[in-house]
Amino acid sequence: MKIVVLMKQVPNTTEMLIDKETGTLIRDGVDSIMNPDDTSALEAALKIKKSNGAEVVVITMGPPQAANMLRECYGRGVDHAILISDPAFAGADTWATSNTLAAAIKRVQPDLIFAGRQAIDGDTAQVGPQVAERLNIPQITYVSKIVEVTSDYIVVKKHYEDFDETLKVSFPCLLTTLEQLDHLRFMNVTSCWEAFDKPIEMVNNQILMLEAKDIGLKGSPTQVRKTFTRPVSSEVKLIHGGSDEAVKAILSTLAPYIQ
Amino acid sequence: MTKDIFVFIETRNNVIAEVSLQLLSEARKLKAQYVQKGMNHDVVAVLPGYQVENLTSVLFNYGADKVILCQDEKLKEATTQHTSKALSDIIRAFAPDSFLIGATVIGRDIAPRVAARVDTGLTADATIIEVDMTSDTSLLLVTRPAFGGNLFGTIVCPNFRPQMATIRPNVFEKTEIEAQAGDVVVFETTFDEVDWVEILKREVQQAKTNDIAKARIIVSAGRSMAKHLDLIKDFAKVLNAEVGASRGLVETGIVGKDVQVGQTGKTVRPLVYIACGISGAVQHTAGMDKAECIIAINSDPNAAIFQIAHVGIVGDAVLILPKLKEELQKILHLS
Ligand SMILES: Cc1cc2nc3c(=O)[nH]c(=O)nc-3n(C[C@H](O)[C@H](O)[C@H](O)COP(=O)(O)OP(=O)(O)OC[C@H]3O[C@@H](n4cnc5c(N)ncnc54)[C@H](O)[C@@H]3O)c2cc1C
Ligand SMILES: Nc1ncnc2c1ncn2[C@@H]1O[C@H](COP(=O)(O)O)[C@@H](O)[C@H]1O
Repeated sequence: MKIVVLMKQVPNTTEMLIDKETGTLIRDGVDSIMNPDDTSALEAALKIKKSNGAEVVVITMGPPQAANMLRECYGRGVDHAILISDPAFAGADTWATSNTLAAAIKRVQPDLIFAGRQAIDGDTAQVGPQVAERLNIPQITYVSKIVEVTSDYIVVKKHYEDFDETLKVSFPCLLTTLEQLDHLRFMNVTSCWEAFDKPIEMVNNQILMLEAKDIGLKGSPTQVRKTFTRPVSSEVKLIHGGSDEAVKAILSTLAPYIQ
Repeated sequence: MTKDIFVFIETRNNVIAEVSLQLLSEARKLKAQYVQKGMNHDVVAVLPGYQVENLTSVLFNYGADKVILCQDEKLKEATTQHTSKALSDIIRAFAPDSFLIGATVIGRDIAPRVAARVDTGLTADATIIEVDMTSDTSLLLVTRPAFGGNLFGTIVCPNFRPQMATIRPNVFEKTEIEAQAGDVVVFETTFDEVDWVEILKREVQQAKTNDIAKARIIVSAGRSMAKHLDLIKDFAKVLNAEVGASRGLVETGIVGKDVQVGQTGKTVRPLVYIACGISGAVQHTAGMDKAECIIAINSDPNAAIFQIAHVGIVGDAVLILPKLKEELQKILHLS
């Protein structure tokens, strides 16, 4: 069995600060991390490798420094890592990203593909389903548990708003995982060292040969018109002082809302 | 030229999802903006399902001018495979200008596939949708949070149609209108014989004690309230409010994930939101900043929650809440 895990290196958005003057994100000094939902996808793949025997291939699309993340994946036991990187792919929206990822996945021919539910930078949760659509294969999103794996099919639990479903789907298929599905193992010391010697397969558009209209910023149907930060409200009435004043202020605010 | 605003109507067991009605009402507002530009867009409710004819009248009451009804046994429940087939076929047949879909679990599953199949752009989790008044096209300006709510982006889809967006429940309000029933157009298409997935089991999560998404008043507690949850609960009870929580508190295991407010929890839109000991991280405020009135109690005068609160109390919630409850009881007993 062959498993592909789609992983993205993302800025740690909880550390991010806003430059109040320019209204832009300060990215300097913010570290890059593996997207949290993707870590559980990777762990799920590694567990299947152990229980059923599988080759685990990690694919990421990003700038050259995303190679660091792939080394960490080697350190945890993946068999092969692919970095899709080309200025032509830059600035892609989810439609163009999935075209590119799907083209790279076709060269690997996996039985099972994992993606995270959502990346914490873009926050769209669209890339997984759109890759599945491009490959014309079934998908199950929001997977919260892996129940059974055989050589032909997988049984998983999917989480809805107010119920859970146990679903069976045949290979090939794509699953998107919730962070709580599993915790990614630590790197083991020997594989950590070996990780630095393992080759990362570099894939650019000379290899994928996609048309300009299908990739990168130019191929993206959606465009960012402008970005801005949350306007700070100046309306707030700040009450300092003892709890009596606090209670009074709260009660008068609540008055119109209680019968 | 393409026109019309399509809205996906999600149903389960013959009940329409609230978010679908909210989107119809929002589409009505967009229609009015188009009128100002001299454009005429109809609001079209797209209702895939099985034996759901009885639901169409409600759709007109919330703003639909027209309903497209697509019925098949395969559509009895919304699924990735069949519902995205129905929606893509409808888009190809009617060429709508825009398509709005509720960002529910199923909506977020289907929308990206449909957008990829008909090759158009999709914006996730929109919080503001406006018609671009500066151009002579039908372009929509769709604003959404990114980077965990640190940044907002306005996204456009100039060269492809429909312009698609998903919208989380409770971001918009539903409004009933006086309406006459409009046209119901029946659309038929074909479906794959073989289902992609087999449902082996369905488990309903234990009965909910409360649903914060519907509450008028929410008393919400942060991590620091883990040892004082009784104070929060007692106060909420007197106020007839529901108890919500930050992820900080959910992580302590004291309350369940179903009451978490925020980006990875629920979006709520109560009349009053009382945040007790909540720092106000963007991931939290993304889920509650549309409350009509926000009261925040926090001991740190620089807490971020004060940036969005209407009334901010700098103080210790553990001291304030019992007094507040006492005074409130007095008031309520007098009236
Ligand atoms: C991808 C991602 C998604 C997330 N999604 C969500 C989400 O959906 N919802 C969510 O809430 N968070 C979410 N978070 C987490 C979020 O970033 C914050 O970490 C979280 O909201 C903090 O919770 P808190 O304010 O309760 O705790 P803390 O950050 O620990 O803050 C506690 C606050 O209580 C105050 N305080 C302490 N004692 C008292 C007292 N006695 N009286 C009054 N005030 C007191 C302190 O001054 C402080 O401001 C997410 C994070 C990530 C990375
Ligand atoms: N550039 C990328 N490279 C590899 N995987 C990606 C990339 N972008 C998104 N993904 C995958 O798609 C998931 C959803 O991403 P998003 O749609 O951006 O929220 C992520 O959790 C990843 O598994």
